[in-house]
Amino acid sequence: MKLRTVFLAPGSIVMLGLFFLPLLIVLAYSFLSRGAYGGVTLPWTAESYSRIFDPLYLAILWRSVWIAAVSTALCLVLAFPLALYIARAGARKTLLLNLVMLPFWTSFLIRTYAWMFLLRDTGLVNTLLQSLHVISAPMPLLFNTGAVILGLVYGYLPFMVLPLYATLEKLDPALLDAAADLGASPAVAIWRVVVPISRPGMIAGCLLVFIPCLGAYLTPDLMGGGKTVMIGNLVQNQFTTARDWPFGAAISLLLMAMVLLVMRALGDKGEELL
Amino acid sequence: MKPFLPVYACAAYLFLYLPLLALGAFSFNNSKIAVWQGFSLAWYNGVFHNSALLEGTLHSLVIAVVATVAATSIGTLAAYALWKKRVAWLTGSLYLSLLSPEIVTGVSLLVFFQWMFHFLRLQLGLHTVILAHISFCLAYVVIVILARLRTFDRSLEEAALDLGANEWQAFRYVTAPLLLPGIVAAALLCFTVSFDDYVITSLVAGVNSETLPMIIYAMARKGVSPEVNALSVMITVGLGTLVLISGRLERQR
Repeated sequence: MKLRTVFLAPGSIVMLGLFFLPLLIVLAYSFLSRGAYGGVTLPWTAESYSRIFDPLYLAILWRSVWIAAVSTALCLVLAFPLALYIARAGARKTLLLNLVMLPFWTSFLIRTYAWMFLLRDTGLVNTLLQSLHVISAPMPLLFNTGAVILGLVYGYLPFMVLPLYATLEKLDPALLDAAADLGASPAVAIWRVVVPISRPGMIAGCLLVFIPCLGAYLTPDLMGGGKTVMIGNLVQNQFTTARDWPFGAAISLLLMAMVLLVMRALGDKGEELL
Repeated sequence: MKPFLPVYACAAYLFLYLPLLALGAFSFNNSKIAVWQGFSLAWYNGVFHNSALLEGTLHSLVIAVVATVAATSIGTLAAYALWKKRVAWLTGSLYLSLLSPEIVTGVSLLVFFQWMFHFLRLQLGLHTVILAHISFCLAYVVIVILARLRTFDRSLEEAALDLGANEWQAFRYVTAPLLLPGIVAAALLCFTVSFDDYVITSLVAGVNSETLPMIIYAMARKGVSPEVNALSVMITVGLGTLVLISGRLERQR
């Protein structure tokens, strides 16, 4: 046997056994009926899929797409000037970029918790503003859709900065000089020269942020206080409280299909990650 | 435009770090409420006397260490084989596993384990968490090691083969030692990702296998406790250090 085959075997077994097989079972379960105490039972049916079109669930799907889109747009607007600054920072580039990535690699849960600490009724922001007599009663900063979007933007901003930086870094500064020489103001130069050149980075960044936002579970759960239900929360709920596994399986696959669609749009650019 | 960018960048870094710094500062607060009442280490002391937290830490460490060793070994071999020759389905599925929503990975593993237990008399527990972590850590390992292999000079291995080494010897004595910093970097990253995971873990954990993130989650839902602040600071500093070491190793040539 060739060495390469031997080396490939354990990884292939893990991916087949612990990734594809579980997804296949989810696929099978999505076509079964709901068991009395969770789990599934016969007969085979496509009822779970037709239930997705219930207005209640369509509203959750629409909300997820909408929240993910708004978060992605905010990330793009916030990340662009930052990426531009880092790309032009000379020797400090790597340091500045790592400073963006560092919080990302530490605990996502703790970063979410930090925002809860700030935004709660008894949190730092409300306490501070009250002691300064700016407000008399706590403002409802947490447990709403705005807080969920804030959490997502905070969580996935690095995913936008990274690809933007990669394209902006390759930008030839002479192009900006040329634009200036030809009479463009700095703002016009950015809009007409820098933005078009960095389009591939923007597209990659948007998709990389949109995918995790669409499937978000923890952020809506904690920052939204369970009031802003997204697809991820719906899935979790079907497997725990609601005990409707076939329906949970069907929504999981729907979510997976949406991710695959976005991934296809990302195409080979995404595979370069690997 | 000139003064705008630096000012904006400062604001952006504040946005990224201020929540964590505020949390860190108030972990030393001598009070339960978010008003500064003086310096205290009481909450840190509290963490070390909270048996549930200590047990959770132990579980998280066991899971992270076992998953890291397994995923790093399997991933290193896979990355090496993929570097030799691309295997489209495996690269594609690693990529897919990296991008699939955690909640979907979690429920699919939950469903899989429950289905398996029809045939085996087993229950959810640390072992199921470890298997789940090996599965989702694998993609990270392969990415880090493949990235390092791409900068690797193939002629070194060819030289070893010309000089009479067999394929295994060329890997064992030439490629693997040169790859070591990348392998360590991948392992540290793997440890971080595993230690931190909540969503997948909470779905496949058994009754007696609560991990640290699961406890933090439960406490965060109940309300802010300064003990969680203190714990968060320790975890963030610990994981941050690992990430910094990992990054340094990755760049090392």
